[in-house]
Amino acid sequence: MSRISLKVDGVRYDDDVDPRTLLVHHLREHLGKVGTVVGCDTTNCGACTVLMGGKSVKSCTVLAAQADGQEIETVEGLAGKDGSLHPVQQAFHDSHALQCGYCTPGMIMAAVDLLAENPEPTDDEVREGLEGNLCRCTGYQNIVRAVQDAAAVMRAEVPAPRDAGTEPMEGTRGTTSPAAEEVAR
Amino acid sequence: MADSVTRTRTDLSSVTQDGVGTSPRRPDGTLKVTGEFAYSSDMWMEDMLWGMTLRSPHPHARIHGIDTTEALKLPGVHAVLTHEDVPGEKLYGLELRDQPVLAFDKVRYKGEAVAVVAADHPETARRALDRITVDYEVLEPVSDGRRAAFDEHCPRVHEEGSLPVHEEYNQKGNLVRYQPVRTGSFADGTPVSRLRAQAGAVVRTEYEVGMQDQAFLGPESGMAVPAEDGGVDLYVATQWLHVDQGQIAPALGLPDEKVRLTLAGVGGAFGAREDLSMQIHACMLALRTGRPVKVVYNREESFVGHVHRHPAKMRFEHGARSDGTLLYATLEIILDGGAYASSTPAVVGVASSLGIGPYEVPNVAVDAYGVYTNNPPCGAMRGFGAVQACFGYESQMDKLAEKLGMHPVELRIKNAMAQGSKIITGQVVDMPLPMAEMLRRARDMPMPPARDELPDPSDLRTLPGGVANTSHGEGVVRGVGYGVGLKNICYSEGFDDYSTARVRMEAIGGEPSVMVHTAAAEVGQGLVTIKGQIARTELGVERVTVHPSDTRVGSAGSSSASRQSYMTGGAVKLACEAVRERVFALARERGLVGAGHSDELLSLTGGKVVSETDGVLASLADLLGSDAVEETREFHHRTTRPLDPLHGQGASHTQFAMCVHRAVVDVDVDLGLVKVVALDAVQDVGKVLHPQQLAGQIQGGATQGLGLALMEEIQVEESVIRNPSFTDYLIPTILDTPPMRIEVLERPDPNAPYGLRGAGEPPTLSSTPAIVAAVRDATGRDLTHAPVRPEDIVGIDV
Repeated sequence: MSRISLKVDGVRYDDDVDPRTLLVHHLREHLGKVGTVVGCDTTNCGACTVLMGGKSVKSCTVLAAQADGQEIETVEGLAGKDGSLHPVQQAFHDSHALQCGYCTPGMIMAAVDLLAENPEPTDDEVREGLEGNLCRCTGYQNIVRAVQDAAAVMRAEVPAPRDAGTEPMEGTRGTTSPAAEEVAR
Repeated sequence: MADSVTRTRTDLSSVTQDGVGTSPRRPDGTLKVTGEFAYSSDMWMEDMLWGMTLRSPHPHARIHGIDTTEALKLPGVHAVLTHEDVPGEKLYGLELRDQPVLAFDKVRYKGEAVAVVAADHPETARRALDRITVDYEVLEPVSDGRRAAFDEHCPRVHEEGSLPVHEEYNQKGNLVRYQPVRTGSFADGTPVSRLRAQAGAVVRTEYEVGMQDQAFLGPESGMAVPAEDGGVDLYVATQWLHVDQGQIAPALGLPDEKVRLTLAGVGGAFGAREDLSMQIHACMLALRTGRPVKVVYNREESFVGHVHRHPAKMRFEHGARSDGTLLYATLEIILDGGAYASSTPAVVGVASSLGIGPYEVPNVAVDAYGVYTNNPPCGAMRGFGAVQACFGYESQMDKLAEKLGMHPVELRIKNAMAQGSKIITGQVVDMPLPMAEMLRRARDMPMPPARDELPDPSDLRTLPGGVANTSHGEGVVRGVGYGVGLKNICYSEGFDDYSTARVRMEAIGGEPSVMVHTAAAEVGQGLVTIKGQIARTELGVERVTVHPSDTRVGSAGSSSASRQSYMTGGAVKLACEAVRERVFALARERGLVGAGHSDELLSLTGGKVVSETDGVLASLADLLGSDAVEETREFHHRTTRPLDPLHGQGASHTQFAMCVHRAVVDVDVDLGLVKVVALDAVQDVGKVLHPQQLAGQIQGGATQGLGLALMEEIQVEESVIRNPSFTDYLIPTILDTPPMRIEVLERPDPNAPYGLRGAGEPPTLSSTPAIVAAVRDATGRDLTHAPVRPEDIVGIDV
């Protein structure tokens, strides 16, 4: 057993864990954080993505012991204390960027990390940023849309410092599908 | 109270929000984005045990003995159960009861359940499995579907006499079902040579479709809780609660009412949750130990824990006159059902009746076989038998067009079915089928920019292989292809897959409220939203709650066959209409409606009873007072007929639906890599209930077809799955999936509620052949195997 100390969604937890315990199992089975789900066990699907020290990681590929002393943020900690949804959560809900929703916790956490690095991504950059997260239901169209919608909301909330690295690439915008509402009859 | 009912004629209907045809947010959406939605794998009880399954390491073996002694000695182990502990029926199955709850005498596929363990920790359970000794005599597996179908000397997967013989399925040897269809001169036994002689062009090809996995993201899981009455409560992710109950209860030796099911959060389904997985096992362990038992499969176990899409071997011959008119077709379709029947009979029924697709062909001979082998069992997956045939017939259309020098769309339009056409079973398409128009629309949709029109054609992300830097554009060729698919909606062949809805209206806190209760499985498709929309539209009440799905209300049928909007939507509509009639009667009782005033002129709108002539008669809240109005209704679709076992004739289907796809691909012809540039669809859905969710169904369905076209195949060698993980079984990522344009037509089906047509499956049929056709267009290769493999594109044998 090793003694670890984690801050998860703002709450500090001190626990003894087996050295082989995976972070995702620690979160789910010891801390009751079942909002983070397991999809594949092999680091392919990304459903278990959380933020560790602000960076997205697949929590099935991190040992709980490796996370000692770290700050972990899961999908359960994103909403405001008043229950108000994070802009990425709101956008996934509004844009129908989920169906069964099993990929959603990981997809949202990956998107939060993506937008922290690149507040104004092109559609291609959104796709690249979420390449490690599988969704079997949606065909991803509305996920790209949701991330773009969230990015717009977040930019309006916090005027982000801009540098050359976050400028959108010319000509790669506007490649999403037409909105469902615009569907031709 | 009648005297408090307001009669303000000027206060006319505010239109009820979020009804049919709008895109309200899904009611489970907030829980799903906050991580609070409880999937079947998330349930927890303080005293629960973990269940785990011992599975056969051999695809075919005789069991001489099972010794559980050492496993039971392990501290923390509470039960170890084998077939001897099955309290009731030892066999279960969706259509034919042929699958052991736990193996006895023999195992027939690798991964078959042999024993189950309950322990206080998953690791203890796993160690206990290692301590169970099974004495196997390994037998040679039956691995080849063609041999199983035709070789009289092939060993039987199920011993002769061990199962009842179904004459209507032409069962014999390893055949689960053989369904022939004969039309035109084939019905009289005319040999194909005579028709061949009249044809201007003949194409004959052997096609293969690989075994596809549904690859839902949330593996099989659930929790069984023993009840005081000797029964059990099961919380599980499934597609059809009542058909589960109907298989679990007999195995447990309990009456149905003592096996109560509640739908837990479902992490995708796509057909894979039609068959039982952990249900009976968890219940047996819970009843034996007297404690809640949770079972969660991991991904590798999931690959043997559910049935897959039948792999198909198909020999298609089509003959056309020189002007492109189709003259005849002969189809041989072999569907490998694996060790147990699952839904193989119904899959054969679809593959045979829709084998020719949506084309007018006067002379057709279909021979469709579903066989037992020792391969992994196969059953339902989105598209259900129609997907395999569609890859064959659409490939044939492209080959014929090429041979005749016609555009592939032109050939398809020339032979297109329409309303009034007959499919090969003799059934008339008695609903709109605007196939020719859909093809024209697909052809005329704007094309994505050509490679040299891109702002930066050297951007690796625009190239096949992407940032793996495999190509800088040399050897990259663009191709365009089309695909059309015809799918039956709802269950077929005489099956009465009715749905039940209970709708309750009452005033809560002075506001009219409606509760909709069904047993229908929300698997992600958005039925939970649709049910609310229908109640709002029919009852003019905005506050609608959808009750959790469970077996306390009658069956809703399966969340499959694209049928829930039609069937459970229909049931909710029917129950709402009954509630509405009761409300009108109540208004009459209270003297609010004149004696001569017909119900026809009344409606419920904006929370009020409204008369077309007299305006608002009452607010629902006042009218209801403390009364509740509740009605339960069953909705049945029209009666269908079985196919006759000799010529395959009979109006077997409830409804037909169609999607047309146009795919644009860039292919690196040197390395065999493909990038799908666009995947655009035209679909007729009769009536759009929820535009946003509809687009989600079309895009998601098309993406699963993309997977089958380019990457998804369970590799089975000598009856063993070689790639049971998402490392080795690839499904499309966000980078593999292109932007998708959608055009939706609304040509109502007069038989269906609101005129709607099931929408979830058709795009899964058409996208695969469209993409493969586009790759053929780019490469000139034959490409007879789905998925297309790099070596097929480059033209090397491996």
